[in-house]
Amino acid sequence: MTRALLTGNAAAAWGARLSGVDYVPAFPITPQTEIIETLACWIDNGEMPGRLVTLDSEHSMITAAGAAAATGVRVFSATSSQGLLYAMEMLYTVAGWRAPFVLINVSRGLASPITLESDHNDIMAARDSGFLQIHCATCQEVLDSTLLAYRLGEDARVRLPVIVNLDGFYLSFTREPVEIPEAEQGSRFAGTFDPENMRFRATTPESQAVAVLGGSPYSYFRYEIHLAAENALTVYDELAAEFAGAFGRDYPAVEAYRTEDAEYILVMLGSFATKAQGAVDRLRDAGWSIGLLRPRLLRPFPAATLQRLLAGKKGVAVIDQNLSMGRGGVLHTELLAALYGQAHAPPVVASFIGGLGGRDISAEEFYEMADALRRATDEGRTPPPRLLYTRDEIREMRKLQAVAHVEREELNERR
Amino acid sequence: MYRIRFHGRGGQGMKTASRILGNAFFGEGFEVQDAPRYGAERRGAPIFAYVRAAREAIDERGIITRPDLVIVADDTLVPEPASGVLAGVDEHTVLLINTMESANVWRHRLNISGPVITLPASADVEDRAELPYIGATCAGAGARLVGVIGRETLADAIRLELAEHGAGVIERNQENALEAYDRMEEHAGTVTESGATSAVDYERPEWAELPFEAARISAPTIYAAANSVEVRTGLWRTLRPVIDHERCNRCWWVCSTFCPDGVIAVGDDGSPSIDYDHCKGCMICVAMCPPHAIEAVPEQEAQHAGTAGEAP
Ligand code: SF4
Ligand code: SF4
Repeated sequence: MTRALLTGNAAAAWGARLSGVDYVPAFPITPQTEIIETLACWIDNGEMPGRLVTLDSEHSMITAAGAAAATGVRVFSATSSQGLLYAMEMLYTVAGWRAPFVLINVSRGLASPITLESDHNDIMAARDSGFLQIHCATCQEVLDSTLLAYRLGEDARVRLPVIVNLDGFYLSFTREPVEIPEAEQGSRFAGTFDPENMRFRATTPESQAVAVLGGSPYSYFRYEIHLAAENALTVYDELAAEFAGAFGRDYPAVEAYRTEDAEYILVMLGSFATKAQGAVDRLRDAGWSIGLLRPRLLRPFPAATLQRLLAGKKGVAVIDQNLSMGRGGVLHTELLAALYGQAHAPPVVASFIGGLGGRDISAEEFYEMADALRRATDEGRTPPPRLLYTRDEIREMRKLQAVAHVEREELNERR
Repeated sequence: MYRIRFHGRGGQGMKTASRILGNAFFGEGFEVQDAPRYGAERRGAPIFAYVRAAREAIDERGIITRPDLVIVADDTLVPEPASGVLAGVDEHTVLLINTMESANVWRHRLNISGPVITLPASADVEDRAELPYIGATCAGAGARLVGVIGRETLADAIRLELAEHGAGVIERNQENALEAYDRMEEHAGTVTESGATSAVDYERPEWAELPFEAARISAPTIYAAANSVEVRTGLWRTLRPVIDHERCNRCWWVCSTFCPDGVIAVGDDGSPSIDYDHCKGCMICVAMCPPHAIEAVPEQEAQHAGTAGEAP
């Protein structure tokens, strides 16, 4: 085992390499491109077997990934943001084929306005596609989750494609110490893919995706995807235990940090949870009784685990790095749905929206969220969702608007 | 935790600098996080990179707001507010500037109370092609300022980072970086770690309620015509296409049609000319010209020679 500094992108590439992937359909997009560049380089040098093919779009790329997976080989692909959206039709389609493969998504905010920086609206858009979702907080977790994802998706009780999500910039371009397992260790865990009855061959054409007319057969197939996704909760727990045994790193479906005796709980996904963890430590130093829950699985949603971990807590603050326009934070909504009507559910579940398009969430803001949560629980009233934005940010925005205004005036004069 | 920020321009090796320093800390047994921060622009644009190093696991991410050390590879950036060189700099922060001017001049000019250290690295660089070495040089100086990185570790960190560039490049960078390392001897250990922001007495973020504003104000639409011409994409070029008018047979259409940026104009006599303010240097015209009348010249060489007599 080597411990080296790796970017999240390099860690994803290592995950694919150690999983022994056979086929990589690829299309570049910032901030993901480094993943396929790394794989291309390894394959070209002969350091890694397998085949990488560049496609003409993400739509074709996911089609190729699904079709290749249906032949029974191990497939890996990666995208981000607009690319994921462009592939959206095929995400839903290939999930229905029940042909498992792993897709990395490097989270990046969506247009408009267009940005290169990170938030979770892209991955949330794929929430209902039938792909399972694993959300990572560190570069190590990216590598490890990729290995886990193959086993999870390929399990006969599941057989669904899996997205492993990492945040653009905050993980994709950030180097951290990562333990890289030996090839032999990796392949021992990854095992070989048993494709069961999947034998799609160009030489012996068969129909891969049939059309159904009438809601009953359609419902059957869709319900089956749902049941498979739900099975993934149990399968995941088994695999996480096996992984911990093999590598000594523990990845529960919901990571609980200093929650056991805590009255207040922060809940968030992804790499900013590292910052939340730091904030929890500082708040504990200051006498707070607070902890952090970080779901690693979003699909399937580990509702029962969250219910258990949150039972009896005074207040919960959900921090969403996504925004469903006209509703609010997606994780907040999902957590409320899981908690409603449960015995000992926390009385206050506050919502905070922040970190959109790469906007930072400072330590001070975490402290302030904790404080707002405490005030809310004292009053026994859940506050309206808070869109994190400071007076300074408004001031800066006003300056930009003034410039735009002048530009506009000039244009009008010229006309 | 050590929190270090590098500021430079695209092409000066800031990412490399942060990775070299990251490798060096890692080599000394620290937990490390390093990252560059890219914008949409490329060469020449202000960019920064950062390094965090600590004995325990790092629970921070993203931009460093309160740096212990700020390293500036290009002193023309300091006065530019947009480059954010001075963001979060206080009396604890050490400012290391690659400059020909004295530390006192900078301390006065910037009116800051913390230590300012200068590194006249540019003096050694006669050739613009050597500018990328500045990154390694700055990393070398930074490594000495923190006082916890050995000379050998620094040399190894450079070897690791530049492995794919071959022995010559490695040696040249090691030489420069180690010289900077030695030059900082009297300042060794000036940069010290600082703690995390306390949750007891912190500066409260001034959250504001964002008001609704009508779409005619709040839609992200740029109502201005033809302003992309103001973006001098010519700064991105590393190779310059230079037309040999003797050889050009005034076919009048090939290069100007294939140029993806539409920056080749054709005169009445059929002779082409290139707008170097906007030519990105893709070299498609070079590949397409039937009589091979367009040559690819390294940009630095072209600027040196004042090729084509037009704006750089
Ligand atoms: S190098 Fe590319 S951008 Fe520049 S003139 Fe030639 S074709 Fe146009
Ligand atoms: S393509 Fe070549 S020959 Fe034709 S106009 Fe351009 S430079 Fe001249």
